Amino acid sequence: MSEREKGGHENPVFVLETSKLGIWTFLATELLLFGALFTVYTVFRIKYPELFYAQHLKLNRVMGFANTVVLICSSLSVAVGIAGIRRGNVKALKIALVVTLILGAAFLVIKGFEYREHFERGEFPGTNIFFSLYYVMTAIHALHVVAGMSALAYCLIRTMRGDFSADYAVPVEVSGIYWHFVDLVWIYLFPMLYLMG
Amino acid sequence: MINGLIMNETSEPNYLTETRGLSSWIFTLDHKRIGIMYLCIILFFFLVGGVFGLLVRLELLKPNNWLMSNQTYNEMFTLHGVIMIFLFVIPVIPSALGNFFIPLLIGARDVAFPRLNLFSVWLFGAGVLVVIASFSHPIDTGWTFYTPYSARTAAAVTILVGGIFLMGMSTILTALNFIVTIHRLRAPGMTWHRLPLFIWSMYATSIINVIATPVVGMTFMLLMAERLFGIGFFDPAKGGDPLLFQHFFWFYSHPAVYVMILPAMGIISEIIPVFSRKPIFGYRAIAYSSMAIAFSGFLVWGHHMFVAGMSNAADIFFSFFTFSVAVPTGIKVFNWIATMYKGSIHLDTPMIYALTFIFSFVIGGLTGPFLGALATDVPLHDTYFVVAHFHYTMMGGTVMGLFAGLHYWYPKMTGRMLNEKVAKLAWALIFVGFFVTFFNMFILGFRGMPRRWATYPPRFQTQHIISTVGSWILAAGIVIMFYNFIRCLKKGEKAPPNPWGAKTLEWQVPSPPPTGNFTEIPVITDWPYSYPKRDE
Repeated sequence: MSEREKGGHENPVFVLETSKLGIWTFLATELLLFGALFTVYTVFRIKYPELFYAQHLKLNRVMGFANTVVLICSSLSVAVGIAGIRRGNVKALKIALVVTLILGAAFLVIKGFEYREHFERGEFPGTNIFFSLYYVMTAIHALHVVAGMSALAYCLIRTMRGDFSADYAVPVEVSGIYWHFVDLVWIYLFPMLYLMG
Repeated sequence: MINGLIMNETSEPNYLTETRGLSSWIFTLDHKRIGIMYLCIILFFFLVGGVFGLLVRLELLKPNNWLMSNQTYNEMFTLHGVIMIFLFVIPVIPSALGNFFIPLLIGARDVAFPRLNLFSVWLFGAGVLVVIASFSHPIDTGWTFYTPYSARTAAAVTILVGGIFLMGMSTILTALNFIVTIHRLRAPGMTWHRLPLFIWSMYATSIINVIATPVVGMTFMLLMAERLFGIGFFDPAKGGDPLLFQHFFWFYSHPAVYVMILPAMGIISEIIPVFSRKPIFGYRAIAYSSMAIAFSGFLVWGHHMFVAGMSNAADIFFSFFTFSVAVPTGIKVFNWIATMYKGSIHLDTPMIYALTFIFSFVIGGLTGPFLGALATDVPLHDTYFVVAHFHYTMMGGTVMGLFAGLHYWYPKMTGRMLNEKVAKLAWALIFVGFFVTFFNMFILGFRGMPRRWATYPPRFQTQHIISTVGSWILAAGIVIMFYNFIRCLKKGEKAPPNPWGAKTLEWQVPSPPPTGNFTEIPVITDWPYSYPKRDE
């Protein structure tokens, strides 16, 4: 019925490779999207080193570190799930996706507590260039976390419906690659914002 | 009898007739229908943008604000620029003709991700609606949105750039789809060096779109955040840097001019060999020069900022690379001319537009180095010379290439031939109108007329009158062309599968093509330009 079936490209290996090329191309776009932000960061950090040093001490390193651990664990759980479904283990995938979604939600909750802490101290976007950058970078990253979680939730629903097997789990593979990217961005954001000396 | 015949002819369902009704279009996964939807939306906005352009010209008929206030004039030229750039020139060839013809030209049944393709056209439609919503407080910043003014004006900048952001996402996803389609769905035997040159140019375009568009997307998000939260990145009062905005804007918007011109170059590379009945000359040189333009196009954005206060070193760097873009562009032009040399040239309308493209694009291209050279850019910056230069590349280049493509592929898209006489009359008016309107502006710019001014010293009036009259001739030509497009949908002669005797795959299927494009996926054994040698 669908165009794809008419196309004669139902071969799962073909579909997987095609979809992977698609998501990697999309990651190139995402990289440039964050690349613009990293450029803003570089420009202002060179321009105002003292401001950046003084302001970054106000960030909560403990929560930032906790979030780093949370996201690395979530990357691991996605990878475990994908390894599982490649062997045909649907249950492992289900558990892994649930764990990943919980970790993703935990990241957002911790981030929310950080935001609240800053709001209470009167540190808003626009307070100074550093805090503007902090909010813009982390908020846009958080949006990507939400997008990644939506993709993984979709995968979870389809896993429940029994759509995936050792032969076919393309949406999971693709969403997994995306999730790793979202984690990787945080791996850069954390030292750039919280840890510079 | 006649009815019976027509019934017989039309009994084979094609992509237009297989299903009917509005929802069969809105939810279609067929790349051809999606291409047609893009084409209709985009051509409509071409006319809207054209009306704003005519109003701008009308105001300039007299030097004394006779028609509108300065503020209204600012809004008019901004709307002209924004609509023409973001709703027309950037998406028109890739999203409309690219969607329709890329799968056909490479021997595929559809793009790699048909549902993503449908999502892209919805995103585009949503973006268009948001842009229209912003007309409640018409934008007055110029299409470049320079800060700090764009952060302060009462116009609906936030809404407008939000709409453009959505259209940018649509462009990115379409480009992604094309890249994957070209990599993965080529027919058996369709090697990279057997690809039609239109595909090479669309591939280069798509790479630019994927890499450059997100940067302007982020820039627009930062501009919105600037307006909503006062983040201060571009506001000198808060320690920000307005030049940073210009760098970001042009990091996208200069490569974007290659997004506009490369697809048109691809169309010209298809049309020239077909109407010269000769193999294309220098296939690889044309293909690789598309990639070279895409690459070096990323290194030249600073030439928009020579008088904005960059360092001397940056000025020299950007000037040098600006000149380097001329090399692959020149390679293409020489190869097109060499293709025509000793060819059997047929002056059908598509070919006439292709020749017009070469003629006016060379003028547009050669006036580029005047602006890329540091010494001459200083007096010419922000004068009508710049206006003339980019209208020669965009209108004389991209739009002529688009018109060539529309006349070339109209029979394939609609199953009808255009009226050749009307088409040629429209061309004559467009050609004359275009040159009268814009050639004059080079001289006007040299004499010192600044761009974006609603009034001017009386000594410039004669030339402004010439340009305004030219714009009316141009408009008449375009109206006649659209009349021909619409009239021939019903009244045109039925188109044979291959009216031009072309070798590319889209002409080997019926006009209009069936929904799945090919009954059987073709096996490719030769490149698509294997016209017989003249003496054979």
